[in-house]
Formats: sequence, C-alpha cells, structure tokens
Amino acid sequence: MDITTQDAPPPTPQPTQGERKRAARGATRPGDRVFLGLARGSGIFLLLIMAAIAVFLSWRAAIAISDNEGNFLTTFEWNTGTQPPVFGIAVLAYGTIISSIIAMAIAVPVSVAIALFITHYAPRRLSSPIAYVIDLLAAVPSIVYGLWGALILVPQMDGLFGWLNDYFRWTGVFSWEEGAPRSMLTVGVLLAIMILPIITNVSREVFNQVPQMHEEAALALGATRWEVIRMAVLPFGRSGIISASMLGLGRALGETMAVATVLSPDFLIHGSLLNPGGGTFAQNIAAKFPEADEFGQDALIASGLVLFVITLLVNGAARMIIARRKEFSGANA
Amino acid sequence: MAKRIDVSGLNAYYGSFRAIEDISMTVEPRSVTAFIGPSGCGKSTFLRTLNRMHEVTPGGRVEGKVMLDDENLYGAGVDPVSVRREVGMVFQRPNPFPTMSVYDNVAAGLRLNGSYKKAALDDIVEKSLKGANLWNEVKDRLNKPGSGLSGGQQQRLCIARAIAVEPNVLLMDEPCSALDPISTLAIEDLIGELKERFTIVIVTHNMQQAARVSDRTAFFNLAAVGQPGKLIEIDDTERIFSNPSVQATEDYISGRFG
Repeated sequence: MDITTQDAPPPTPQPTQGERKRAARGATRPGDRVFLGLARGSGIFLLLIMAAIAVFLSWRAAIAISDNEGNFLTTFEWNTGTQPPVFGIAVLAYGTIISSIIAMAIAVPVSVAIALFITHYAPRRLSSPIAYVIDLLAAVPSIVYGLWGALILVPQMDGLFGWLNDYFRWTGVFSWEEGAPRSMLTVGVLLAIMILPIITNVSREVFNQVPQMHEEAALALGATRWEVIRMAVLPFGRSGIISASMLGLGRALGETMAVATVLSPDFLIHGSLLNPGGGTFAQNIAAKFPEADEFGQDALIASGLVLFVITLLVNGAARMIIARRKEFSGANA
Repeated sequence: MAKRIDVSGLNAYYGSFRAIEDISMTVEPRSVTAFIGPSGCGKSTFLRTLNRMHEVTPGGRVEGKVMLDDENLYGAGVDPVSVRREVGMVFQRPNPFPTMSVYDNVAAGLRLNGSYKKAALDDIVEKSLKGANLWNEVKDRLNKPGSGLSGGQQQRLCIARAIAVEPNVLLMDEPCSALDPISTLAIEDLIGELKERFTIVIVTHNMQQAARVSDRTAFFNLAAVGQPGKLIEIDDTERIFSNPSVQATEDYISGRFG
C-alpha cells in the first residue's frame, strides 16, 4: 500500500495568472535577469554620460558664443579677455583638418603595408616580434612623442623642408620662407607616427581573418602572392581598414600634447604647409586653458564642441562608406 | 586542350611527415578519374600536388615527377603560378569571392591573365556560366554578390570560374560534399559534359558518385594512422566496382573495411 501511494502523481496545482504569463515568455532564471539588468544598465549609463557631456558642452558654449563680437566660424583671432571678446575657430579647424589629412595620407598606406607584411610575407619567427614592437609603440605616452618630435624630428625636418622648397616651391604648398620647421607638415608627420600602431594592429587582425579558402581560390586560379592580396585579402579587409583608419583619425584629430610641443602656434592660416604657425583645437585648448578666466574657458569649450561635431561627421561618413557596399563585404559568406 | 597526366614516384610531405608514398599513375585526357579511399589516405593531398597547391601549406613539399603531356610540373624553373593557370581546381566548400559579383567571380581568372575588351569578357563569362549550367539562373543577377547564391549555385559558379580560363585539367576536391542531393545531381551531370573538353580528376567519399561519374577509379589506402597513404590500384571504374584485383579494394567498396 505504501509503495502505491508513493508512486501516485502529486496533484498538479492550478497555475496562477502570473505564472501563466511567465510560462508564455519562457522560463527566466535569476542569472539571466541579473545579466540582462547589468547589460541594459551599462548601455543606458553610456547614453546618459554622452547626453550629459553634450548638454554641458552646449550650455557653456552657448554662453561664450552669445557674447562673442566676432564671427565664431570665420574670425582669425582668439581674444577672450578683451572687451568685447573676439574669437573664432577658422584657424583651428583648418589646422586640425590639415594636420590630420597629412597624418592619414602617410599612416594609412604604411600601416596597411606593415600589416600585410606581418600577415602575408614575413616568416613566422619575424612576424610576431614585429607585431610586438608595433604594440609597444601604441603604449608610448603622447608627451614622449611630443618631446621626441621637438628635440629630434624638428631638427631632422630641415633637410626635407629645404628639398621640398627647392623643387616644389612653385606649388605654393611647399614654400618655406622662415623659421624652424615647427609647421603643419611636421605635426602631420609626427601624428602619422603616433597613429601608425593602432591602424596597423587593427588591419593585421582583419587580414588574419580572411578565410583560407578565399586565398586558396585565388591561388588556384593562378594568382601570384600580390594578386591574392588584391583579389581576396584587401577587398575582404576593406571595411576593417576603414574602421582602423577612423580609430587613427580620431586620435589624430584630438591629439594635444604632441602637437602643442612641436607646433609654434599663431592665429593665421598659412597656405604653405612648411611655414610655422597655425593651431589645432586640442593644442589651442591646452595652450590657453591654464590662463583662461571663466569666460575664456567657455570659449575653449565652444571650440571643443566643434571638434566633437567634426569627429561625429567623419565617423558618420565612414559608416556610410562601409554600408554602401555591405552586400559585397564578405560578411554573408 | 585536355592533357594527359603522368605521375611517377611521387612523395608528398608535411614537414617531416610523409603523407603519400611513391605514387605512380596515368590519367587519360578527356576522361573522369575518381580518387576514393578512407579519410587520411592522402587522396586530397595527392590531388593538390597535381596543381602545386600542396606546397602552399606550411611545411608542404613534394618529391617526384608529374608530367602534363611532356612538361614536368616539378621541373627546375617551372613557376607554380603558371601551373595553376593550366590546372584548375574546385574545392570542397564553395568559395566564390564574397566581395565580387557573379560576373567578376567568373572574370577573376581572366583578369589575372591579361586585359580583355569588355565585349570579349562578356562572351567568355556567358560561355563559362553556360558551361557550368548556371547561366539561366544568374543571367539577371550578374552584378549581385556571388555569395548570395545557394550552395549548389555557388559551387557551379566556382566551376564556371575555373573553366573560364580554359585549363587543361580540372581538379575537384569532394565538390559535392557540402551540397544537397539535387545540387549534387546537377554537378554530376555537369561533370559528364565537362569531360568532353577537360581532363577531370575528382576526389570523392561517395562511392556511388565515383561509380556514376568516373571512367577510371583509383583506390588509396593507408596501413595505419601515422603511416603514409598509398595507391592500392587504379583501373576502369566498372572493374573496380565489380571485380577489383586487390582484396583491400573489394573490402572497402563493399563496406567490409577494417
């Protein structure tokens, strides 16, 4: 008798309405709920921080711009202590964009070439030490790059500047009238060296992920090693190279100490890349901030906001370029 | 176009490990030769020595002679790149270039070999896609990505890409193993048509497939794991499947392998 009662199924309790609802969604476990909460919380926290930064910058910037007597976008001056204050970002925007363009023009091809060498040409015992050294370069603080730039790179640029001036003076872009080579070109070269490691590392990761079978497909068609890279590796890595370049560009646009150490700033737009002068957003903030009164700080924040907008625009453009050829990205292979 | 392959005394290595030992055989032009055998017996490795793809693998090297008519593929001064332009290959998993359109995939090999006028290229692409029985399915979507096709279509695209450069030999490494039966049938029909123009060598795990498509069959085996693979026998397919001369072959094809 005992045995039969034990075997009898226990009476099924009628599910309450709440339990039915949960059952419809599927069972949830405490671990899942905690993790969902953490992940969702982190996401919302990030958005809140971004919004807070934007509000703070816009508010302080609005104060400064409303009192500005000059045109904020076109004035070639930065006088925030005078009455009335007159300041504008034209020189800073020009300097920031030009130095970053120079840096990208040098760094992207060199980085892609280094990444290709590491992944597709170098023997294995050579490729890991090279990759390691490149990683180390990324860890050097920017003030050290700045000191190296000011003490070693600037004197070394004399020869290059003289040569460019001798042969390409007629272009107008490479004429050199006066002063030590503490100009936009030198800044661009220094920035190129600084952003090289990040572009190289990301590109290397991307090239390593090109499926073996695509490279073999090219090889079996009778492609040489360079043709394999052109047919299979570079097209597959295209969006990765663009992303890598954007990371590098972000660093070049915002670089402060290295530019401040190397550049000899003024508030003029120089047609020649060789003549010293000009400035960038970050460099100008670093140079002016210590002595700025509250209004001066607001004006610098306004310039920072413009840098923020430029960075957003550039990233948006890069995403559009990547999205335009999404079908052919290889992600669906 | 089609050429005879004459292999003698061929050994292939991965580093110090000998994967296949002392293989000699002749592959007749305008015929299908199937390689069968258990996994690890070296049939894919052997196939890859026929277009010098084996040496692409790190540590891969080859000893011996592979004659394509009267040219030794492993002779001094022979460029592996030009060998691969003569001996095309289709892989186990369909591998069209995902970053290229259907059209560009077929034209890829041609563009390596030189520049063509647009009209000439159009003609060859159409001819190759027709040759691969794919034209009717893709003629309206030539500019769409090749990776958007179904698996069987992708594999026929790879065949079109391989035959577009008019190779002398077409190697196929288990071309149907990733495909469903209907796509497999389409590829098998295609192989039957292609052998009119090319020398075809196909590795397959499917013995019915070997029996259906091939004129001659080679059976590979290995004595034990870690031992090199060897060619046991090569004969007319009919004879291999009805009355093979070696007991091991009969055991394998009748499923009594052990």
